[in-house]
Amino acid sequence: MSVSQQPPESANAPVGTETMEPDHQGYLPPGSDGDADVVHQNRLVLRWKLFKRSFKQNWSLFADSKIGLLGLAIIFVFALMGIAHPILMATVWEDAIYDPVIGYDAPQAEKTVVPDAELTDPQTEVALSSALLDNPLVQPGDTVIISEQPANPSSKHLLGTDPLGRDVLSQLLFGTRAAFAMGVIAAIVTVIFGTVLGSIAAYYGGWIDGAVMRTADLFLLIPLIPVLIFIGGLFKVGLFSLGLLIGVLSGLGPVAIVLKSQALSVKVKPFIDAAKVAGGSDFRIITRHIIPNVLPLSFLYMMFTVTAAIAGEATLSFFGLLEVDMSWGIMIHTAQTQGYLLRGTDFWWLLLPAGGAVTLLSAGFYLVGRGLDEVVNPRLRAR
Amino acid sequence: MSDDLYTTSTATANKPLIKVEGLKKLFPVDKGLFRRTDEYIHAVDGVDFEIPHGQSLGLVGESGCGKSTTGRMLVRLTEATEGRILLHSDDASDGEEYVDVAHIDRSKQKAFRKRVQMIFQDPYESLNPRRTVFDTISEPMAVQGLASYKEREDAVAELLERVGLSPASAYIYRYPHELSGGQRQRVAIARALIINPKFVVADEPTSMLDVSIRISIMELMLKLGIEFDVSYLYITHDLAVARYMCDRIAVMYLGKIVELAPTEELLSNPQHPYTKALISAVPVPDPKFERPEVEILGSVSKPINPPPLCRFIERCPWAADVCHNNQHPPLEEKSKDHYVACYLV
Amino acid sequence: MSAITGVSSDGRPDLRQGDPLLEVDGLIMNYETKEGDVSAVQDVSFTLHKGEALGLVGESGCGKTSVALSLLRLLPDNANYKAGEIRLNGTDLLALPEKEMRTHRWRDIAMVFQGAMNAWNPVYTVGEQIREAMETHFDHRVTDEEARVKISELFEMVGLDPQMRTRYPHEFSGGMRQRAVIAMALSCDPQVIIADEPTTALDVIVQDRILQQLKDIQDNLGMSIIYISHDLAVIAEVTERIGIMYAGKLVEIGPTEEVYAKSWHPYSQLLLSSTPSIRGPRRKFAPLEGEPPNLVDPPSGCRFHPRCPLATDKCVEMEPPLEPTQGGDQSACWHWERVPELDETREASA
Repeated sequence: MSVSQQPPESANAPVGTETMEPDHQGYLPPGSDGDADVVHQNRLVLRWKLFKRSFKQNWSLFADSKIGLLGLAIIFVFALMGIAHPILMATVWEDAIYDPVIGYDAPQAEKTVVPDAELTDPQTEVALSSALLDNPLVQPGDTVIISEQPANPSSKHLLGTDPLGRDVLSQLLFGTRAAFAMGVIAAIVTVIFGTVLGSIAAYYGGWIDGAVMRTADLFLLIPLIPVLIFIGGLFKVGLFSLGLLIGVLSGLGPVAIVLKSQALSVKVKPFIDAAKVAGGSDFRIITRHIIPNVLPLSFLYMMFTVTAAIAGEATLSFFGLLEVDMSWGIMIHTAQTQGYLLRGTDFWWLLLPAGGAVTLLSAGFYLVGRGLDEVVNPRLRAR
Repeated sequence: MSDDLYTTSTATANKPLIKVEGLKKLFPVDKGLFRRTDEYIHAVDGVDFEIPHGQSLGLVGESGCGKSTTGRMLVRLTEATEGRILLHSDDASDGEEYVDVAHIDRSKQKAFRKRVQMIFQDPYESLNPRRTVFDTISEPMAVQGLASYKEREDAVAELLERVGLSPASAYIYRYPHELSGGQRQRVAIARALIINPKFVVADEPTSMLDVSIRISIMELMLKLGIEFDVSYLYITHDLAVARYMCDRIAVMYLGKIVELAPTEELLSNPQHPYTKALISAVPVPDPKFERPEVEILGSVSKPINPPPLCRFIERCPWAADVCHNNQHPPLEEKSKDHYVACYLV
Repeated sequence: MSAITGVSSDGRPDLRQGDPLLEVDGLIMNYETKEGDVSAVQDVSFTLHKGEALGLVGESGCGKTSVALSLLRLLPDNANYKAGEIRLNGTDLLALPEKEMRTHRWRDIAMVFQGAMNAWNPVYTVGEQIREAMETHFDHRVTDEEARVKISELFEMVGLDPQMRTRYPHEFSGGMRQRAVIAMALSCDPQVIIADEPTTALDVIVQDRILQQLKDIQDNLGMSIIYISHDLAVIAEVTERIGIMYAGKLVEIGPTEEVYAKSWHPYSQLLLSSTPSIRGPRRKFAPLEGEPPNLVDPPSGCRFHPRCPLATDKCVEMEPPLEPTQGGDQSACWHWERVPELDETREASA
């Protein structure tokens, strides 16, 4: 163990000592062996180096899980979409037409009027009954010019327009930001509540533990979506407060329970005893020793909370209970209120992009969570 | 080298560093949520010993004998139910020579922590995996508010070299998972010694290490023990290790010290029947050596509300009337420095 | 490495006058890992005779448990046999299809696994679990009466009250559970028992009793036992021959008394002097420096050379074969004649 042991003089010739040299794993400047400067490095620079090093190690573990990488790729694509929206609005998209909330465009199309029963191709034909609403004089066989609303996907509107004549692609991109923002708020709030409460309950035990855990049981029993609907009906709930609400509900409930059991397994480790013997206060032991060891698992639950938050937002918006101008949920809500909900095959662009985005982004965060599971729970690691 | 151990620092040679008097720990037997228990495990049941300055005492016994609980009480990881732990005071300004650290108030705890430290058994679990070697070793200094950050770095770097992790710059910012078991235990030793404690409780610090690593860690602890003028309470189940490390050995059985004597005296001339059996059961790495056979009866039981008789009575093949008619025998000096708790000696 | 079998079958008299029962010949085994192939067992050869107790000693990671598991072909999936034979009464176990191997496992070679005493299923009685093991390996049903007689007999053999067979594991103390594990290993009357750290987690008095029991069983049944342990003191107590392993290699093998009295390999010698004892000199000197190598990239030549006080250029370049030294001892060291020097320097420094 003592480094670079040399054979005594009795040996005929000194031999290599390669295995005994401590290997410098890239966090020391080359040629700085035994240099006092290595010991006195700038604290921030040092911490950054250490962070980079452990990040690299964890990344290589994470990268082993293909589903984790897939999830990350999905999230990355959505992030790009979110960034793309303001850029497109500032450059190629005209505000009046492409604004996701107040934009309007009704492309004109020539269509042949056909009797209701014979309508086969809605792209080129229009049913007599609907044509009569515009012009009471048309007859089957006439050609009419119709302002399409919702409009089919075209080169101008890649995903068509919604029943109010707004560009669906613009709405979709705009909604990405809302989904991310709310997911992040929910996740951070969850983790703060769950980690702090779980660690405190585990460390102190006794009545504090009892109080926290009974509260958690209560929150665990509350069904998330019905409660959100209930609260949405009583109060004005925006995206920010929805994120907060979901964060608190899951942070106080299931996440606190899971993180407490994790904190409990940390609390009995001898290094906690060692910190006590060193004289560390309760606060120091919780913040320096317990929480850092619970944090990886918290991070995992952060991912799952984002999934819950995005789904929750979509649900609430669908019922029209959210005070939001535009989001993926609102897009589906609009399709529903205008009566297009059950006509998905004809008007796929009203439902599929928003519904698909909710599903995909949720799945992305979930998959990242599964990938993190490999890093956080070494038991699952293959040999 | 062995001779160095018997010399104590002259200034305080006559006064023991730590005196333990009637130390007890009872753990209630859990009987469910709403029933108050009147059954207690007498994990440590009236233990007395002294450790002179710079000397080391080995606490030896089988699992469940209360040796670890005793150690944890001395560093106040476990509250003592009864008894006094008197630590020799280093500054006389209090006017008192000894401080009872078993009943110390919170404000004085920090000062106590400066003088008493602990080394743990499992080098893989006793270091926080998320903290670097520097964070871990400097923690007692940081908590005690000693020295600036730069000074702490210097102190840690210097100590790393002294515990054999050299060059210090190659180890100071590593994480525990980048170290081997032996290296981790060296870090744990450095953490215990960084604030110059006078007394260190070492709970089986080498039992999880490989043979070749074990001996170098024991050598290191002996060397630093002299350099830092530290007294060890060395807890182990292994008499051979205790012999290597300790000036005196106390043998524990079911919460009581049954025999306490200088190491070689205890091993060559054991008096208590349990000590005899224990010594005869230790395998010797010499196939030609014929061990004496001392058979004792039965197996270890749990000390739940034990009768006030000798703890060893059920397993003792020599138990006589005097044992059945009296309480647990007191730990008495039968010959010079040789204490035995047995009526038949 | 046929040298070993050659030497043990001609030349020196066997301790037990037994015939070779189990021969390990040039076994090479790697574990595939992400970091690369771990050379866990490198050219290991030894012979176990009928009625003999052989000890395999070494520090963690030296390959002793891998060798033991190889004998039963119970290694994990990432283990690859590169070369070598394991012959039981002349049959190469490594060449057998898994189905045939199953007839040898437990019935010819049984194993007391490390920590097995903590692996009892808490919901079945110990007797039921031993009976199940018998049924699995005999491929036929065991009648209640057969089971009762056999298990009672086994329990008596290992020093347990036969009535205990109807008790649950939690009613057993640690030592009793370990005795029951040994009973289970004996249940199919194997020819060889491999005991991997059979007493490591036990207190000394219990350990002493169990080792004594194992010795008695070995004598009474004429059984062969391979003890695997890191504890040189335990091995000294129970074995007649001892093999010392380092970094996947068998570095020395010989009669226990001879090796402990005078070792001919520097690693064995330093390991012996690093073992504290309650007898003899209180402290010995010249402890082993350094740590065992990483077996993904083992040192060239002799794997011990980076830690060896006797190492020369030859040791770096060439791998020493296991060759006879004095008495019945074989050592894999180019400088085995100089090993006693280590003792002299030690005494000089003391």
